[in-house]
Amino acid sequence: MPHFAIIAVSILFDGLAYAMFLFITSVGLSVTMGLMNFVNLAHGAFAMAGGYIVVTLTRTLGIDFVPSLIIASVSVGLISIPFERYLYRRLYKATDLEQVLLTIGLAFMSIATFTYFYGPIPKSVPLPEWLQGDINLGFRNFPSYRAFLIVLGAFLIAVLWYGFERTNIGAKIRAAVDNRRMAESVGINVDLLFTLTFAVGSGLAALGGGLAIQLFGLSPSFAVIYLVLFLIVVAVGGLGSLKGTLLAAFVLGVFDTAGKYLLADAGGFFIYAVTVAVLLVKPAGFYGRE
Amino acid sequence: MKFLGWLGCAALALTVGGTAQAENVKIGVVLPFSGANADLGHQVDKAFDLYVKLHAKDLAPNTVEIIKRDEGPPTGAVAKTVTTELITNDKVQIVTGFVFSPSAIALAPTITQAKVPMVIANAGTAWITNLSPYIVRLSFSMWHPAYPMGAYAYNKIGCKTAAMAYTDFPPGKDSTEAFKTGFEKAGGKITDSIPMGSPVQVPDFTPFFQKVKDEHPDCMYVFIPSGAHAAGVMKAYGELGMRKAGVKLIGPMDLIPDNKLQDMGDAAIGTIVMGHYAVDLDNADNKAFNKAWHDAYGKDSYPDFMSAAGWDTMHAIFDTIKKLNGNASDGTKFVDAMKGWSANGPRGHVMIDPATRDIVQDEHAMEVYRKPDGKLGEKILGTTKAVKDECKELKVGRCGS
Repeated sequence: MPHFAIIAVSILFDGLAYAMFLFITSVGLSVTMGLMNFVNLAHGAFAMAGGYIVVTLTRTLGIDFVPSLIIASVSVGLISIPFERYLYRRLYKATDLEQVLLTIGLAFMSIATFTYFYGPIPKSVPLPEWLQGDINLGFRNFPSYRAFLIVLGAFLIAVLWYGFERTNIGAKIRAAVDNRRMAESVGINVDLLFTLTFAVGSGLAALGGGLAIQLFGLSPSFAVIYLVLFLIVVAVGGLGSLKGTLLAAFVLGVFDTAGKYLLADAGGFFIYAVTVAVLLVKPAGFYGRE
Repeated sequence: MKFLGWLGCAALALTVGGTAQAENVKIGVVLPFSGANADLGHQVDKAFDLYVKLHAKDLAPNTVEIIKRDEGPPTGAVAKTVTTELITNDKVQIVTGFVFSPSAIALAPTITQAKVPMVIANAGTAWITNLSPYIVRLSFSMWHPAYPMGAYAYNKIGCKTAAMAYTDFPPGKDSTEAFKTGFEKAGGKITDSIPMGSPVQVPDFTPFFQKVKDEHPDCMYVFIPSGAHAAGVMKAYGELGMRKAGVKLIGPMDLIPDNKLQDMGDAAIGTIVMGHYAVDLDNADNKAFNKAWHDAYGKDSYPDFMSAAGWDTMHAIFDTIKKLNGNASDGTKFVDAMKGWSANGPRGHVMIDPATRDIVQDEHAMEVYRKPDGKLGEKILGTTKAVKDECKELKVGRCGS
């Protein structure tokens, strides 16, 4: 295979793995923002909580990595329900500023809480044998963990797509995102729907947090530091759109990886350049309602 | 209260005999306690606390008061604000700490104007000490490990070609510049130099390392601001199977901080670094230091090179306060008294070079290996005694001004 093709495949592979992480972590944020117009800056805190639960389950209790991911995701999904019911719900009709203050406050409180219990030293997780090392695809070796990310991401995309496009609940969510008042007036219980999507979104964020440990390490500042990335994905994709979030994650993941690989001197700049370019042409994002 | 304090002072002065008056020296400590690099601040802070706890009595009848502030992110802005407040509001006589170079660089004009000594416990950009006559550095210059690593990598590790990858802020440029100078002087060839984004967040290192792997140099020299970045580097290096592909990982000791080494796993084995401290360093002071550390912070907590420098920093400050009989109000005198300070510490014998106000210390080439007890350790491969900051010796770039 010619040299440039190998490089292109490398970039696509790494970019795709990165995109899957971005998608899994951001999709919940996109749907909640689209559905309720609620700015949830504590989304990164739910992701981080998932990460720390995975750390405790694997390191302290000795549970395998993959079951730990599932437990963390489900438990953070459940924990997020009282947050939505008793805290967020009060501010649905409030201004953006009040929502931002509440949620960024929660994010900072989570940083302090996790620092208290886990300390500021970054944590890592023990991976099972089959996720370490690399796999040979004939012309090139790829890290197994990233291949796992891609497969898992593809599976979740299929499940979410089916749930969103082919089920009754999915149709209701789409209806509520399009026109909330109309959806309510035909008898859809949007409040309940929102609690459900919020829990699923937070659970997915927690899964993303668990997956991120191997990519970035996990420290209590995770809640805020990577939030910018998630917000960029949501803005570029368009609020409330599954398709948009997926496309945005893919474009940003691949461009970011390509920029870092080919033009490291300007590497960190690419993700922002793409964001600005997309938003100039489509201010509401790829699939947002203008 | 203040009145009572005065009474106390007066009473003490009378009993001591009138001439010696007990002084309370205020020391401002500025370290990162928040953000992605908070654990670096804690590594230094624990060493400071430990030294003060064990040695405060040595200063009697004088006392010290430590006031701590958060250095914030590695941009210097927060550090400048809090340090200025320490000097103007809290009236501290000495400021110390400073993990990040941008903090020290941003503050140099302030401390020069205020005539307050800044005793640096980490920030390692070489030319920092040239910025103000009130700066004394107990930690290291980036050149301390990086410059000798150049020749060592070429002659002993077998690196004929090397790629460099670094976090894009002053110490990263400094460290790679130093390595390049030493490496090319020895006959090596640098194949690439890759900046890896800002120190504020840990990036995904894979695209950068994948590029190096494709270029296939003998060695990859990596500089990152220790902490969370170090764990990320080791993960990406291990995942990509770079050692198997024949690209050796080398760098300054920031790559394998002792407090994170055990978490790094097999990927770290075989990494060769140049540095002035490791938990495994064999000297009496280091053994005592490690014992005191474990007694205070538990058996799973390890000091690292930042803690060792933190310990020596407080040691030097205390010795100077003793030398001046507690009279630390004159910053110029304080710095003069610190010049030429020398002592044994966890790093072995260290000294402040009177000409540059920078540290002189031994540098060791160290390799990560699995110890018989199953833990990871660092094996000393070779030692260069009493290394000065070569950047200032050779007058490279801003080090010459």
